[in-house]
Amino acid sequence: MTPTTPAPPATAWSDLVEDALLGTNRRSRPDLLDRAAALTVARRAGLRPAPAPEIPAAAPPDTRTPLPPAAARRLASLLADGSAGELLPQWLAATRLRGYAPPSSLLPQLLDTARQRSEIRPDAVAVAGPVGRWLAGLNPEWRFVLRVPVEGPEVNDTTVDPTNSQSLWQEGLFAERVTYLTRLRRRDPAAGLALLRTTWRSERAEDRLLFLDALQEGLGPDDEAFLEAALADRAKNVRATAAELLSTLPGSALAGRMAQRARQAVFLQGQDLVVEPPTGCDAAMQRDGIAAGSPTGRGDQAFWLGEIVAATPLRLWTELIGPPEEVLALSPTPEWARELFDAWARAAVRQHDAAWASALLTVHAAHGATGTPARLVAVLPPDERAEWTAGFLSVQGLADAFQLLVTCPGPWPELLSTTVLDALAEAANGGAYPWSHSGVLGVAERSLPVAAAARVDELAATGSAAWAEVFTRLAGTLRTRNAMLTELGSREPDSREPGGVKLAG
Amino acid sequence: MSVVGSNVTDMNDRWTTDHVLSLSPDAPSAKAAAKLAKAEPWSDTGASAAAVWGACKGSGSRPYQTVVALDGPAYHCSCPSRKFPCKHALALLLLWSGDALSDAEASEWAASWLTSRQQRAERATERATASAPKDDTAAVARRAGREARVAVGTAELQARLTDQLGTGLAEAPGQGYRFWEGVAARMVDAQAPGLATRARELGALPASGPDWPSRLLEEYGLLHLLASGYQRVGELPEPLAATVRSRVGFTVDSAEVLRGPLVRDRWLVLGSRDSADERLTTRRLWLRGEESGHTALLLSFGRPGVAPELALPTGLALDAELAFHPAARPLRAALGARHAAPAAAPRPSGVTVDAALDTYAAALGDDPWLTCWPVVVSDVVPVPTETGWSLVDGTGAIPLRSGSLWRLVAASQGRPVTLFGECGCRGFDAVTAWTDEGSLLL
Repeated sequence: MTPTTPAPPATAWSDLVEDALLGTNRRSRPDLLDRAAALTVARRAGLRPAPAPEIPAAAPPDTRTPLPPAAARRLASLLADGSAGELLPQWLAATRLRGYAPPSSLLPQLLDTARQRSEIRPDAVAVAGPVGRWLAGLNPEWRFVLRVPVEGPEVNDTTVDPTNSQSLWQEGLFAERVTYLTRLRRRDPAAGLALLRTTWRSERAEDRLLFLDALQEGLGPDDEAFLEAALADRAKNVRATAAELLSTLPGSALAGRMAQRARQAVFLQGQDLVVEPPTGCDAAMQRDGIAAGSPTGRGDQAFWLGEIVAATPLRLWTELIGPPEEVLALSPTPEWARELFDAWARAAVRQHDAAWASALLTVHAAHGATGTPARLVAVLPPDERAEWTAGFLSVQGLADAFQLLVTCPGPWPELLSTTVLDALAEAANGGAYPWSHSGVLGVAERSLPVAAAARVDELAATGSAAWAEVFTRLAGTLRTRNAMLTELGSREPDSREPGGVKLAG
Repeated sequence: MSVVGSNVTDMNDRWTTDHVLSLSPDAPSAKAAAKLAKAEPWSDTGASAAAVWGACKGSGSRPYQTVVALDGPAYHCSCPSRKFPCKHALALLLLWSGDALSDAEASEWAASWLTSRQQRAERATERATASAPKDDTAAVARRAGREARVAVGTAELQARLTDQLGTGLAEAPGQGYRFWEGVAARMVDAQAPGLATRARELGALPASGPDWPSRLLEEYGLLHLLASGYQRVGELPEPLAATVRSRVGFTVDSAEVLRGPLVRDRWLVLGSRDSADERLTTRRLWLRGEESGHTALLLSFGRPGVAPELALPTGLALDAELAFHPAARPLRAALGARHAAPAAAPRPSGVTVDAALDTYAAALGDDPWLTCWPVVVSDVVPVPTETGWSLVDGTGAIPLRSGSLWRLVAASQGRPVTLFGECGCRGFDAVTAWTDEGSLLL
């Protein structure tokens, strides 16, 4: 497209171009170059604007408070430094919590970065806000923004009119449909379920599986009938997922059926907890999502027992016996004790039961359980998580610490940060290589409080060259992060406060 | 271009990260600097109204000592890097722009460099004022010799253009680059570098996509006009003669220009743009006088890997004297004395898209070789269309280009903005945008 040119000179010009193409040897035009120069200047001087195209709708206003200037400069330099590593995700998370709007001129760089680093997308998209979503509608490279489910006050789902959403649901890309369903469930679970019902029978099996998964958002008793029906689904994975969802609904009929089976398999006889696993897997059990044969190396009976107990409301045992500590103090039939504890642990994780998780962790070591009980720890309230992790570290060292540490939100309380630094100091003195602890160092960078920087300086002064470098960088990161958070207008946010809880990893 | 600015006494307006990064000689330096822009490698840092300094721990035992004088700016660092400014100087400026340096008395090493720089600047001013134009007989003879060679060159160029038109432009695509490369080489021998550049560009046009014959004929015509203009340069009015000479490739020394009339004004920095080829980095800086309304273009050059010396913060205004190079349509200027540091300035006023094209047309009336003219437009919206980007207002639309269109669109949020750029026969090339968030280099 070029600015339009008035008509008469255009004709004269095209005659001239034609002559020039043919050559003056064939068609004599002695003044061709003079005329070309004169017409070129005349054409250029006569350029006029083309008719204006339709101007697309402007971005919806971003009503959030603008970032403080220092924080905006920080974002610019974090984005300019392509390898900003851990600081950019932290900056984004902190800014998202505080609900600031970044300068819109930085959004293209932010979206380009989020395009390459999918792990920061949820925070980046939230920070980018309404203008970011408007931009994503213009540039196909940023389409991912529209697929990231967004929460928070800036979401403006009410502007989506019903006909649009119906066509999105009927014709949208799969990921867009999942996002739409997830958002709808968050706002109105019943409407989400109703929408899913409209197309459920015609969805492909692998899509049904993921849509079912989306029902976790806002899961409640109203979903039970639908999930019960899904227990008869053609696809095995769909049946299993429906069963798992039902088992996390403590009042569901499936939970009741599982409790019934559990009572028959595990019962009190005096002070002994007798375990008698089922000897077969009947049709009813299979319909409730239990596989006919063990898919793992364990025996079939052990597997069935585990599936039943893991899907049984933990309330059954407290009603039958007493608080979790009392239940766990009993000695079950030794042959099946391990299976029973593992199943209770899975139930505690599924049902987010902190009391059971805490009790199970206390007896964790005593029962010779292996591996890190990170999933149980994650069920605890953050303070207890930190305390339990600190205790674990002081006994076990750094070897299995990473998975536990990522469940502890930063900034870590003093006990945990001291324990982690002690363990790192020990590793440094013991001649370990820093890179064998890179996981722990990474999470420490994110989560140690700035108050720990002085201690880290001391460690840097004593360690080997490699460790000195690692500790120097760590102290630097802690201070930069603190400066970064100060720019955002307050001290490090206490993410252990209600509402601020955000699980790492 | 050397600039003497010893009168700068205060610098209230701290530079933006963008501005600091724009001083960087190349992208890796900007990246390295961003990494260094944190507290721990630095000690002994401080800032005053005129300078920032600090010591940066490197791989060696002695920290590097880095000083930046904010007028200019001018840099000094004890590191061995050949990049200029080096990553230490840039990192220091980033820290300062992030408000991480506190006011302090300069360390001894910083103070001594700043003092010696000041003395050098003063001596240079004395020399510049003392030395008379040396228009001795030898120089006159040299110039006459060159003019004769250029005249022969223009005659040859005319003959080549006529030959080519004789056989017809339809033959041009089969000719390849070589023919015009050869002509360009002879124009270099004839000491007419401006003609050489234009001749070389002719070789590339047949491969420039649809409608190439039209573009090629335009350039033939304009080159013919320039060559014949030079052959009659003695008969032309002096300003037009100066334009022709400058387009042929004669340069005028900045010092000589500065001996001519000076225009003092508050000059708003409209924008800056760097371009680089393998031999040279060229920085173009546009200014607009608050009182005079004149638009001026400053040029500054650097070797590859070395940022051009002159850097002015976009969106701020500078009380200074400029001298315009003689031309039919004066634009290029040399920067003389600065009377105060750049200070905050309001958003410039702009015209409509239609009026911007009129401005270009008016400029063409003086200098027919202009492809564009710097102009500020206001209340315009950048719009993506199926055929490319457009700049749109109530008077219509013109094609829009820019270094970073998405940044422009994001900053505009789809609402009208004020834009500075070059408007001409290829549309509008946006350099700076003004939005509610301030000025933004694109």
